[in-house]
Amino acid sequence: MSRNLFVAFAAMLTLGLTACGDDDAANMEAKPAELVIVSWGGAYSASQKNAYHDPYMEKYPQVTIVNDDSSNEAVPKLRAMNEAGNVTWDLVDVVAADAIRACDDGLALEVDINDILAEAPDGTKASADFGDLLVSPCFIPQIVYSITFGYRTDLVKEPMTQLCDVFDLAKFPGKRSLEKRPIVNVEWALLCDGVDADDIYDVLSTKEGVDRALKKLDTIKSEIIWWSKGAETPQRLADGEVVVGSTYNGRLFSLIEEKKQPVAMLWDWQVFDLDGWIIPKGISEEKLEAVKHYLYFATDTQRLADQAKYISYGPARNSSAPLVGKHADLGIDMAPHMPTDPNNAKNVLLYNFDFWADKRDEIDEQFQAWLSR
Amino acid sequence: MPVATPRLLTAEGHELRMVLQKHKARRKRKAFLLVAPLLTFVVVGFCLPILDMLRRSADNSIVEETLPRTISSLKGWDASGDSLPGERAFAALAQDLVLAQQQRRATRLGQRLNYELSGLASLFRRSGRDMEKVVLEVRSRRGSYKESLIAFDARWGELDSWRVLKRFEDEMVADYYFASLDMKRDLQSNEVSFRPSEERIYLRLFGRTVVISLGITLATLLLGFPLALWIARLPTHQGNILLVMVLLPFWTSLLVRTTSWIVLLQQQGVINDLLVAIGIVSEEGRLRMIYNTTGTVVAMTHILLPFMVLPLYSVMKTISPSYMRAAVSLGAHPISAFWKVYFPNTVPGIGAGAIMVFILSIGYYITPELVGGRTGVFISNRIAYHISSSLNWGLAAALGIALLTFVVAIYWLYDKLVGIDNIKLG
Repeated sequence: MSRNLFVAFAAMLTLGLTACGDDDAANMEAKPAELVIVSWGGAYSASQKNAYHDPYMEKYPQVTIVNDDSSNEAVPKLRAMNEAGNVTWDLVDVVAADAIRACDDGLALEVDINDILAEAPDGTKASADFGDLLVSPCFIPQIVYSITFGYRTDLVKEPMTQLCDVFDLAKFPGKRSLEKRPIVNVEWALLCDGVDADDIYDVLSTKEGVDRALKKLDTIKSEIIWWSKGAETPQRLADGEVVVGSTYNGRLFSLIEEKKQPVAMLWDWQVFDLDGWIIPKGISEEKLEAVKHYLYFATDTQRLADQAKYISYGPARNSSAPLVGKHADLGIDMAPHMPTDPNNAKNVLLYNFDFWADKRDEIDEQFQAWLSR
Repeated sequence: MPVATPRLLTAEGHELRMVLQKHKARRKRKAFLLVAPLLTFVVVGFCLPILDMLRRSADNSIVEETLPRTISSLKGWDASGDSLPGERAFAALAQDLVLAQQQRRATRLGQRLNYELSGLASLFRRSGRDMEKVVLEVRSRRGSYKESLIAFDARWGELDSWRVLKRFEDEMVADYYFASLDMKRDLQSNEVSFRPSEERIYLRLFGRTVVISLGITLATLLLGFPLALWIARLPTHQGNILLVMVLLPFWTSLLVRTTSWIVLLQQQGVINDLLVAIGIVSEEGRLRMIYNTTGTVVAMTHILLPFMVLPLYSVMKTISPSYMRAAVSLGAHPISAFWKVYFPNTVPGIGAGAIMVFILSIGYYITPELVGGRTGVFISNRIAYHISSSLNWGLAAALGIALLTFVVAIYWLYDKLVGIDNIKLG
């Protein structure tokens, strides 16, 4: 699957499809409703507001969309609502791993993608258009983002070009900012310990393999400052507190292009991840209809491509990729800033959702014990 | 012959005893109504959640509810042996899984059991999804469930998968508590033992939480005592201005205060820049004062300081200055007068401040998360992780109960050693 997925990603921007937006595909009229849509807040919510919410409300003024920035705690809150029997959210934006969890936990509705979403302009069924990104029956993908590195160009003697430069304290001395969890870090550590990308999850499936990764991380442990919020790495880079740090590629884009900081991307072995919608289980029939109506509109080819005008995340539909244009304010071409751009995606690691769903708790315990030593 | 007590009557001719009783009852009702809102709030907002947390920390009913037939068919099976259960158990499991999938519960059970044995999440997800097909196929060829299930996923042929079901058949289990104390139940022998010391997380975190909290308490006392003393001795209006200054940070958002400490303390921060400019430390030797224990202690001492200063101040305010004057006029050295006369009078304030700061810091969460790095995080950060990330609410509840028990124990110990009556907030 990983190869196919990669091909799909690469195909997104290389396929020179020219398609026209098919706005009036949703023929049914929206009923008056108030939709509570949960997302991440900040620049990400703003991009959704610009690309989805505002055009939708303009077209259907009888619908009001209320934003709730609770996505980072979406699953526990959904579970609490579910147990209390009072689900107040109508649509929730979550990362793929959380979608799988919510689906497993019976907190999200399973949906038939072809039934509720629009076809691609050339008539491709939605399921084929999203392809391998449909990682859970509850999940409606929206963007492809990546966790990758940014480094301070003025604090290094030569540009950082490879992932393993992060582990090279002799050549690139200074602090590193890494996320305080095993996911992604152990994969990177193994890659730089000489493990082949295809074997990573086999190695990680044993305790010894995880120990091997932690041993590699040991070599830079004293120089790591851990982060738990996505804003921390950009802040530390801006302050010069760290030389290099990992975070979501969109945050680095805004640091480099909007804030004009002396920071450059280190795309090597970026880790692809997905973000998208889930519909909470337990919402009323009317709400469900309203949500479906909204989703049909907000996840079509043009809308997904529009979001990339405001934030540097790749649209999840194959058919959206050729429509990605320029940044709305900066006027720069967005395609080269997409994680899926062929130049950036030479070495890409695909997040193995199944593996982490199974092993997350066990490896996290090992990681925490290592961390506190 | 008993003398009949004369009945006391009120002016209206009612029996006095009854009237008094009525009056008393009415007053009690009034008093109760006055506290009723608070009482309801405490019960709903405090007692019920704690009871719910207690229930969650042991609740394991999901296994029995989801796989009733499997559990009963495993009654005679010996989980410490080396043989798999028989055909009947496999058939029951297949049937249970088909039903569980219809109610969308199979994957949820998988998540629960994945905390005990990694891999069960995907095993249950896979099995739940395709079990109907497997069952139909077995029925059509009159085959064996055991063979088909093992052929479907080899993990059903592993003893540990079945041992988990057997070991976790009870409605209530103590395993979350074992886990919260770094212990684990062996699936085969059913014996509970500590994890090897390099794998322990929670005991170490509990220990660290207590040690750092004691450090913070001591730091607030050392900084707060002279300050409170000074404010208490100033004329009221000047003292009030200073008190406002103590309270001012208290009115700023916690996040703002924590972030300002990051700006001050980080290696490229204000303090380090200053030290480098003066020449006290070299460019390479910039001090590490944040993202470690130091960061947590400094930021939390600042944040919790008012909780020490305020009780100290209000107790000191009530100590008459004439005590000191009397001691000195009777020939005591000022230091000895302070130590023997003034200081003992402030002990209730110290007690109140110390217990308040200590208990508050033991449960602190956001500040250690932001400035604690690797070595300055608390047990509460792990609880938050289990609530919001791993979704292991049972373990989070057990850790919470352990923490609560510890706080109650501290309180009890304080009562035994110092006496809780000694605490004075003013």
